[in-house]
Amino acid sequence: MTKQQVLNLYFLDARHKLIEVAAFLDRVERATGKNDFRLKAFCSALGELNGGRGKARRVLRAFSDPTTRPITRAEGKGAVGASSSRNG
Amino acid sequence: MRYIEPHAHMVSRVTDDYERMAIAGCEAVCEPAFWAGFDRSSAAGFYDYFRQLTEYEPKRAAKFGLKHFSWLCINPKEAEDVKLAEEVIALIPQFLDRPNVLGIGEIGLNKNSRNELKVLEMHVDLAARCHQLILVHTPHLEDKLKGTRLILDALKSDRRIRPERVIIDHVEEHTVELVLNAGFWAGMTLYPETKCSPARAVDILEIYGKERIWLNSACDWGVSDPLAVPKTALEMKKRGHRVAAIEKVVYQNPRKFLSQCPKFRV
Repeated sequence: MTKQQVLNLYFLDARHKLIEVAAFLDRVERATGKNDFRLKAFCSALGELNGGRGKARRVLRAFSDPTTRPITRAEGKGAVGASSSRNG
Repeated sequence: MRYIEPHAHMVSRVTDDYERMAIAGCEAVCEPAFWAGFDRSSAAGFYDYFRQLTEYEPKRAAKFGLKHFSWLCINPKEAEDVKLAEEVIALIPQFLDRPNVLGIGEIGLNKNSRNELKVLEMHVDLAARCHQLILVHTPHLEDKLKGTRLILDALKSDRRIRPERVIIDHVEEHTVELVLNAGFWAGMTLYPETKCSPARAVDILEIYGKERIWLNSACDWGVSDPLAVPKTALEMKKRGHRVAAIEKVVYQNPRKFLSQCPKFRV
């Protein structure tokens, strides 16, 4: 596909999602109380948008648990989307 | 366009979904065993579930001309209890000869714990001893990269396992290359909120190629879409991919992998 074709297909959708991200960050700033590691991970991942190709892979890695050994025991079943090991 | 849905949890879906899938061109649906949303209280609960997967669901699918196949295991979300897992794994061999059973799955890791890894190795041993195909679940979100690496290490350390008979599912941009470079098949799951969107899945196909890779909806009781595969086929069409290339990904590739089990026929 040409760049024009990609822009024609995806620009409005990407614009919409970027505004949603901006509004989310505004919402967090307006809210009371403390942040946690998820917002730190989010802001760190945003920094990956400035590099060259491979942005999606780098953003996913920024949210990933960087440790390599199995944990002793699974205390719950769910995932929260960001690693406290990297951003705690 | 005809397609195969290689990963769908139809026990969680209404009958209307079978009809919608059939209308959209689905020819076969494959259902791995998974977590019910709550922990089962005994192995007897799994016995009933395996009967549902091998007796009842094929009949429900057949009403719409759909073939139904299944995979059996105890899902990683229930693998922290090793004693329960041992009891469930002991039940599986009696079901392996049933006509719609394709192999062992979806096994894998959830939170990357020692017990989950132990139960994964037990399943891999069962698959190797019984010459079964393997379908692997990789963990969610922040746990996926680490879990994928642990899974690959476990599979590669068992010399009986042939990578071409293993599909590692739920890959994304940060794990697809690890899986394909190790010789395994890769599955991309299309979810509205997590895992891959249709657009990202097509990006991955354009970057990493269309060999040893398939698409699935993994529709279940959560936020998911049983028509995600044909919607991604449409995404490919919008980008100008040829019909033959689209059919390779949504039909020929899953057929090629699944046909390694002689019971799989479409």
